[in-house]
Amino acid sequence: MTGGLFLDYVDPWINWDWVSRHVSLILTSLLAHVELTVITVAVALVIALPIGVIAQRQPAFRAAALTLFGVFYTIPSIALFALLIPYTGLSTLTGEIGLVAYALLILTRNVIVGLDAVPADVRDAADGMGYRAFARLVRVELPLALPAIFAGVRIATVTTIGLITITAVIGLDSLGQLILTGLTDGVHTPLVVGTVLSVAFAFVADLALAAGERVAVPWARPA
Amino acid sequence: MTILEDVVRWFTSPAHWSGPDGITTRLLEHVQLSAESVLIGAVIALPIGIVLGHYGRFGAAAINISNVGRAIPSFALLVLAFQIFGLGDAPIIIALTALAIPPMVTNSYVAMREVDPDVKDAARGMGYRELAQVLRVELPLAVPLVMAGVRTSAVQVVATATLAALIAGGGFGRYIIDGLAQFDYTKLMAGAILVAALALATEFSLAAVERLLVPRGIRLLGASAAKRVTFKAA
Repeated sequence: MTGGLFLDYVDPWINWDWVSRHVSLILTSLLAHVELTVITVAVALVIALPIGVIAQRQPAFRAAALTLFGVFYTIPSIALFALLIPYTGLSTLTGEIGLVAYALLILTRNVIVGLDAVPADVRDAADGMGYRAFARLVRVELPLALPAIFAGVRIATVTTIGLITITAVIGLDSLGQLILTGLTDGVHTPLVVGTVLSVAFAFVADLALAAGERVAVPWARPA
Repeated sequence: MTILEDVVRWFTSPAHWSGPDGITTRLLEHVQLSAESVLIGAVIALPIGIVLGHYGRFGAAAINISNVGRAIPSFALLVLAFQIFGLGDAPIIIALTALAIPPMVTNSYVAMREVDPDVKDAARGMGYRELAQVLRVELPLAVPLVMAGVRTSAVQVVATATLAALIAGGGFGRYIIDGLAQFDYTKLMAGAILVAALALATEFSLAAVERLLVPRGIRLLGASAAKRVTFKAA
């Protein structure tokens, strides 16, 4: 719907008049997007850490968890949302279950990879220094796994920010709602604003996490 | 009567299998849109990834294209293609092709970089010319990861093709989008099951193709697909 049908009106790609009249809508959409992202990544990380730690120690559990999450990851988000709707409705919960599930695979994999990379010598040294298992995990192994965990958080965050736009289809508020408005109203500006802000948010979040990694892991330079 | 019984009844009704909105038609639409996009994408992406990986040049770009691909919402890509090019299959295929390229570039780049430098030296020492070395030594070793990239792209394209129903496209997405619009949860669930099954079938059938393509000796080496760069677009 390129306009031009009526009065030869050409719809510009960005109509600043539209933007100025919808500042509050744009801001609420952005905030909702940020909120969904933060909840998703935080919840996924809280679940992924224990699963990753256990999986790294138990080969059978590792294989089972990675296979199960892998199969889950293959299922398109829109299908997963649709499967949940009869049970959890057109709700934030439906969106969050799907988003968390996908972030979970990325994070669990990276926790495992990070713990795998801890040198055996370091574990031996920690044992020799009298660390108990839990203290060794928290004070020696997890810090050494941080670069891989950070890499996972960055990928999960950027992926989640992109996936959230799809939740507009099940009625959730986010920048995806602006993209959907652009589609349903046949105008360019909301689509462009939603897309640009979503991409910008992904880059800013990625840069912020990279900066966070430099602070948290001063001994390893992130790629 | 539970929703699941309704869904079973939906699937067992012959009316839902034939006709312009039947499962057979929708399956063909979905597979055709996806296959065309992945093929065009592969023709563009694989040579780029393989050449860059072979020479070890522009590695940052080859890796970063995946990050950029992750950041651009597939949904926005579809709507954008629709607003620029209008209705029809062509805009959908353009958007899906754009989506298919990054995972294949990154994975084939990584695949070629992962080839043991000693093996390349040995090939040189045996007198292989560059092209023969790429085609007969490096590529066979890189196939597992190259194919992992193709699989990743294909699954993402199948998933995103579902959203094409939003811009009046065909495919299984029709059941989901129409089911939502009509508050017909049975149709919605049936569509979701079909889409999920098609995505899983894509992953597993391409994994089977990969097993046929990978030489036995390399399979025995347990060449790692663990380096697979994952991607989730839809």
